[in-house]
Amino acid sequence: MSQKPPTPAVDTALAIAAQHGNRPDALLEMLHEIQHRLGFVPDAVIAPLAQTLNRSRAEVFGVISFYHDFRRQPAGRHVVKVCRAEACQARGARATEARLEQRLKIRTGETAPDGSVTLEAVYCLGLCAIGPNLMVDGRLHARAEGKRLENLLAEITS
Amino acid sequence: MIRVFVPRDSFALALDGDAVAAAMAAEARARKLDIEVVRNGSRGLAWLEPLVEVETPQGRLAYGPVTPADVASLFAAKFHEGGQHALALGPTAAIPFLKNQHRLTFARCGLADPLSLADYRAQGGYAGLAAALKKSPADIVAEVTASGLRGRGGAGFPAGIKWQTVLDAPGDAKYICCNADEGDSGTFADRMLMEGDPFLLIEGMTIAAIAVGAREGYLYIRSEYPQAIATMARAVELATLGGYLGKTIQDTEHSFTLHIRTGAGAYICGEETAMLESLEGKRGMVRTKPPIPALEGLFGKPTVINNVLSFAAVPDILARGGTAYAALGMGRSRGTLPFQLAGNVKHGGLVELPFGATLRLLINDFGGGTASGRPIRAVQVGGPLGAYLPASALDTPLDYEAFAGASAMLGHGGITVFDDTVDMGQQARFAMEFCAIESCGKCTPCRIGSQRGVEVIDRIRKGDNSSANLALLTDLCQTMTDASLCAMGGLTPMPVLSALKHFPEDFQPAAKAAE
Repeated sequence: MSQKPPTPAVDTALAIAAQHGNRPDALLEMLHEIQHRLGFVPDAVIAPLAQTLNRSRAEVFGVISFYHDFRRQPAGRHVVKVCRAEACQARGARATEARLEQRLKIRTGETAPDGSVTLEAVYCLGLCAIGPNLMVDGRLHARAEGKRLENLLAEITS
Repeated sequence: MIRVFVPRDSFALALDGDAVAAAMAAEARARKLDIEVVRNGSRGLAWLEPLVEVETPQGRLAYGPVTPADVASLFAAKFHEGGQHALALGPTAAIPFLKNQHRLTFARCGLADPLSLADYRAQGGYAGLAAALKKSPADIVAEVTASGLRGRGGAGFPAGIKWQTVLDAPGDAKYICCNADEGDSGTFADRMLMEGDPFLLIEGMTIAAIAVGAREGYLYIRSEYPQAIATMARAVELATLGGYLGKTIQDTEHSFTLHIRTGAGAYICGEETAMLESLEGKRGMVRTKPPIPALEGLFGKPTVINNVLSFAAVPDILARGGTAYAALGMGRSRGTLPFQLAGNVKHGGLVELPFGATLRLLINDFGGGTASGRPIRAVQVGGPLGAYLPASALDTPLDYEAFAGASAMLGHGGITVFDDTVDMGQQARFAMEFCAIESCGKCTPCRIGSQRGVEVIDRIRKGDNSSANLALLTDLCQTMTDASLCAMGGLTPMPVLSALKHFPEDFQPAAKAAE
């Protein structure tokens, strides 16, 4: 492929790779950090990263697409992860998810058109005795129903 | 000075634990009280979190569940001197939920600041390593074998045999891998241990490394556990500084370097070979076995892979001897298992008991029945791939073989309770849907079978040619069981078929319509 001039995103990705000694086995760690810094993993970093790690572009792309955590587009300003797994189901998670979809006016897996919020499914946050559980912008919230849920929603949508 | 404990475990954090701790510190300052707020691990009484404790001459007293709004009234009631308050629970150790447990692995969890190496040592930590350093590798493995310890991740494979295989394998490079990809719904023991007693896991992995001759190890933690990742990362730094990791451990010739790796939201990476692929920076695709990882594991080298709770059981086994551990339990299930009471249960949390207790004891005596107060209808044991058992099966002893005999599995000890509002047809459908979402895609029965499973269950539930589709579902489940590469596809039929067997009425659209 033709060489494109490096972009800030590519510089960031290659600097992160270098911090990990350009070890291909550290690819997941690199992708986590790239996403943390840039908000997502831009397609533009795939080829340079592959070349640096001596992997094929298909292999790097394959890793990004395999794992649920990695996103190829920016998420909303808030990211709400709702647990859909059994222990939360037993404690009313389906109602919590329905309420989130209703108030945020998006379905699970979608980002609001104005970019304000992304609603995602997660399968277990390890708080199975005190569900329904959410993770909002990296923070955990248990018993996400009733007033606690409404307060959270008010914060997210304000 | 008075010490007050406010957990930093995720249970407490998810219920405003940080705000409670901050309010405690602020209130103490305002009242000019000499109080130290210690952020400890969780004692495992999840329904009482944040569970605040205060150290008094009469021992530790508990108050909970505490919200930030309760803090002022707690101080007004002089809780810091053991004063009475609506949230007072009395001495922590006397709470029946705790008192009636037999804690070995979780003996220390929640007692102190999990990142205090001094506290860890003061409470018996690193006694197992000290014992191991006096033994030959073969003798360490023999001790683990004598304990009867079986893999706590779910499969229950004897740990001693696995370690012996790696010890006997030729080669200079060997690895220790800890599977902390605790993705099963209804389980949180790995998380609690990593957040509440991280040095115990490090000690167990270090003993394993010395036993088999490994100098490097990896701890693979799921990304859904940020608090566990942060705690373990700091604990590894502290253990290294303290001479418990790195080169010349405790001034011996042994060296062991421990790396932490973060998963990325793939349930399948809890399967050991998918985890190895992920640790190598690849898609988490299951490997065919043989070769077994004990001979060709990480980077193709002999590798011990165990679950968090397996490694965490090892220090006690070395410190007190394998036979002492083996004295507990029933049949071929020796020692204790940290059970996790989850779902619709009144008093959920962690209950460590010797094998052999019944579900009824756990759910009724420890758990206090359902949280909703409605009758129990179904209990799923062993995570999303475990069977749904009816209320009539609650007397099954919690033992690997007894559960296998009941066409169920104990797995990682997660117990998820459902009340009588559950729709078991919907739960069966979810089992297939989850498999379709999380399948690695390598083998056809799992990748395609789960998708077809969702569709067939939908047709059954709509009343579309039900009897023919029920036969098709049973046949599909048989194919998945027999022909899948790993437990994901191979065990997904377990929740489906158990729901069908015990709750056939939930698969009849007529019955649903009549409700």
